[in-house]
Amino acid sequence: MSGHALLELRGVDKAFGGLRVVSDLDLRIGEGEIVSVIGPNGAGKTTVFNLVSGLYRPDAGDILLDDRSVVGLPPHEITKRGIARTFQTLRLFLNMTVKENVMAVQYGRTKSTPLESVLRLPRARREEREMSRIAEEKLAFFGQRLIGYRWDQPAYSLSYANRRRLEIARATATEPRIILLDEPAAGMNPVETHEMTELIGRLRDEGGHTILVIEHDMHVVEGISDRVVALDHGVKIAEGSFNEVAIDPRVVEAYLGLRQADTK
Amino acid sequence: MGPGGDIPNRPVPPDERGRPRVGVDEWVAQVEERREARTGLTGLVTRFVSAVPPAGRLAVFGAAAATLPFWMNRGDLFTYGIFTLLYILLGLGLNIVVGYAGLLDLGYVAFFGFGAYFYAELSSPQYGIHWPSAASIPVVVVATALLGLVLGIPSRRLLGDYLAIVTLFFGQAFVVFVNVGNPTVAGKGLTGGPNGLAEIDPLDVFGYELTTRTQQFYLMLIACLVLLTGLHFLSESRTGRAWRALREDPLAAETMTIPVKRLKLMAFAFGAGIAGLAGCIFATLLTAVSSGNFDVPILITIYAVVILGGLGSLTGVVLGAIVINVSFQFLAPENPPGNARLLFYAITLLLLALGVRPWWRLGAILAGVVGLGVATQTFVEAVAPGWTGGPVVDGGRLAGAISQWVVIPPAGHGRFGSFAYVGLVVAILVLTRLRGWIRTAALVPVVYLAALVWENSFVEQPAVARWILFGSLLIVLMTIRPQGLLGTPRVEVA
Repeated sequence: MSGHALLELRGVDKAFGGLRVVSDLDLRIGEGEIVSVIGPNGAGKTTVFNLVSGLYRPDAGDILLDDRSVVGLPPHEITKRGIARTFQTLRLFLNMTVKENVMAVQYGRTKSTPLESVLRLPRARREEREMSRIAEEKLAFFGQRLIGYRWDQPAYSLSYANRRRLEIARATATEPRIILLDEPAAGMNPVETHEMTELIGRLRDEGGHTILVIEHDMHVVEGISDRVVALDHGVKIAEGSFNEVAIDPRVVEAYLGLRQADTK
Repeated sequence: MGPGGDIPNRPVPPDERGRPRVGVDEWVAQVEERREARTGLTGLVTRFVSAVPPAGRLAVFGAAAATLPFWMNRGDLFTYGIFTLLYILLGLGLNIVVGYAGLLDLGYVAFFGFGAYFYAELSSPQYGIHWPSAASIPVVVVATALLGLVLGIPSRRLLGDYLAIVTLFFGQAFVVFVNVGNPTVAGKGLTGGPNGLAEIDPLDVFGYELTTRTQQFYLMLIACLVLLTGLHFLSESRTGRAWRALREDPLAAETMTIPVKRLKLMAFAFGAGIAGLAGCIFATLLTAVSSGNFDVPILITIYAVVILGGLGSLTGVVLGAIVINVSFQFLAPENPPGNARLLFYAITLLLLALGVRPWWRLGAILAGVVGLGVATQTFVEAVAPGWTGGPVVDGGRLAGAISQWVVIPPAGHGRFGSFAYVGLVVAILVLTRLRGWIRTAALVPVVYLAALVWENSFVEQPAVARWILFGSLLIVLMTIRPQGLLGTPRVEVA
């Protein structure tokens, strides 16, 4: 890729005890790109997400959003600057309603103080209406699945696929510039997986979000990616279009082992 | 294509027509509805309550409470009315910390005590300071909120059990400080040690002193209504939602623009501030404070109020406070044992009504119990006439019926009740192992035995009976509504 990078990782290192999970990772993601991160289990994909979203602090290197470093900022501050994420193991606010889930995460965009809320002062009321409107708008992104009577149902009453959709709706409600999707199609049936592929494309085309996605389902990766980055043992082993990466000997080796790579 | 694909020519079973198929979205969505439809009496109450909008509920509560002084005597107004309102205030504060933010704060009662003591320092002969309430209450509330903030700071990183341990320690440290620490300030013990502080000034509203119970009651009622309204708005605001989000999943909340640490501190401060307000009012009501009022039993009671009502529900706090305080005062040792007896039979009936279905089986059991009672009475009279006709302790209107029905030996058979009690415990244990119609049949003698034990043993020991009844009442309520009276059924985050 060329030109300006929206999100840039420069020489990022992370170790847990003696185990180096991510080493010297460079990554540039341009505005409006869809980039997939692939790699076998334990390759360090989710760790990269945790580093970018501020849950871990890198041991070395720098992470820049729009040329400004976000290293050392608390996670909520990083999200406010424009990096939202979903979780591989769904982390919804299960005992809150569907709409509340999407309203709660607009905390960072709103400013009214508790006193203003208690007294129902104009700013609190205006923000409240706005949060409600945005929540309904974000939920309407998924067609009929998350609107109407669903708004007032607790999140735990949703089916698995709808929970994944709600997580994405929740991430978009923070108005991010880049969304990190951690295995959005995991545990979905083929129909739902296909829907998710289309959805990720719409997130960029209609929502205007840049997308970094971890995915194991190669049909999804093939269907959505502008670029694919392959990780193994925390090292970037290949980068390029899906077709380039898929036949890269090091990628094949990482997934299938050395002998199979030789015979291919 | 529908989920799972279509198989042509498959006949649709009759019961699938016109209703969503098992497993599809609509079916999953209706789970809540189906679950709701099953819970009989409590479900009915819940639906009734939720059908009325919050403003209507507040109006009903306010209007009903406002009539109390017109038909209650002064003592009852104090124990039933004022104390219920006090528990509501305390419950509302705890509800912020535990119900909204999900922080297990076991030092909560210390904020209540701090508020009461601080008010006493500012408005009593202790140091000759006599600030008016309009000045001292805001100062105390702010100071208590700050204390909550200070306790919150080291607690920011503590989770679950660890937070509970640290805050419990803080609560106990407060009691010890007040009781034993009692540092000498300006030539006097600051907290008065075990004697506490006395002669606290009454509440005054800009110079007008509220000395009658009715005036105090109305002031507290207004405070409760204002607080309920404010907290409802707060709960439905960005702050309230952020608190609940951090209760559900702090990590997800933190990555979703919610500053978790700051919100935890806010929850501590808000909860402590409300407890401080309750402390001020408590100090003026009793005109004296001592450390015993702020120890673990009251902490447990406040928790019972909040948990019973349903964590996170404002209406729940009000209902919880009413149920807990009224049943507790109803069973107070100074009340006649007839109260406790009434509650005993009511609980027994309630348990049977909830546990035994269908209705004819319940009818059979009740008839069986009555029949067994009469038969036993007749039998014992015929075989051993000396064993019946003992005095019915404060039977009230029920005395006649009870003396005909339950075997009460006269004095001199003192151990009878104790043996029956041991027998009852064994019988209940055996009962839990039985199934089917044998269990139904076995219920008859067990219920009768329970009545026998009650009339012969517990009625004479109101202090013990009070706690046993109060405990069983809580167990029954928590069993039938684990989520509290108005809480929504909770699921744990895996």
